Amino acid sequence: MEAVERTFLANLETLPAIVGFVSEHAAAMGVHPKRVMHLELAVEEAAVNICSYAYEIPPGEVTVRITPEPGVVRIELVDNGVPFDPLSMDAPDIKSELENREVGGLGIFLIRRMLDEVHYSRRGDQNILSLAVRHDEK
Amino acid sequence: MNVSTRDENGFWVIRLEGRLDIGNAAEFEKACLAWIDEGRPNLVLDFGGLEYISSAGLRSILAATKRAKAANGSLSLCSLSGLVAEVISISGFDSILTVFEDVPQATAGGQV
Repeated sequence: MEAVERTFLANLETLPAIVGFVSEHAAAMGVHPKRVMHLELAVEEAAVNICSYAYEIPPGEVTVRITPEPGVVRIELVDNGVPFDPLSMDAPDIKSELENREVGGLGIFLIRRMLDEVHYSRRGDQNILSLAVRHDEK
Repeated sequence: MNVSTRDENGFWVIRLEGRLDIGNAAEFEKACLAWIDEGRPNLVLDFGGLEYISSAGLRSILAATKRAKAANGSLSLCSLSGLVAEVISISGFDSILTVFEDVPQATAGGQV
């Protein structure tokens, strides 16, 4: 199967389209339905952060690239916003009291827990978030 | 997402069906706060039909829980399964919120 790519406006209205694009193609590339749901969750969390923080004058654009590789399906979210690592907030202390919880990093925590590979890099004027999930596995 | 509500043993049982995500979490939070402020501070969220929840959904539940407690009430979850059960567990929300097996157990306390 070939890689697929689409560019979206980076705002919250397009989020369902972004998540739908990823889940449709990941499933077609052999990702198990349960893992597809993990992927949807991770992509929602990542895309919300990108749409909220990457562009100083929103909305910018985010390109979603889905590539089948040996053993994994890789999803890359690429934007041309300010240098922004959507994985950079601190993880929440999940043992805290209700009143003291830092909920801000919860999305990032879920991304890392749900997927097999999570990696941010900055290349030129682009932020690249790379997510990978094994296919043909439960 | 479909939301249906009913009174059960003094608890306000809210059944969710579908997904609680960035698209509807703020609206759901607003509805919960309104129910609490209108005199229904003891909420039970029936997740029997909920198939997906993201951090936006978790945040809305957290806000509702804080308001319920401030009103001397409570918020509990029940009937978790699949991805929702996984997320509630991974996020540690099951140690800061009360989680029941099902609605009968969640409403057994008999609030009047």
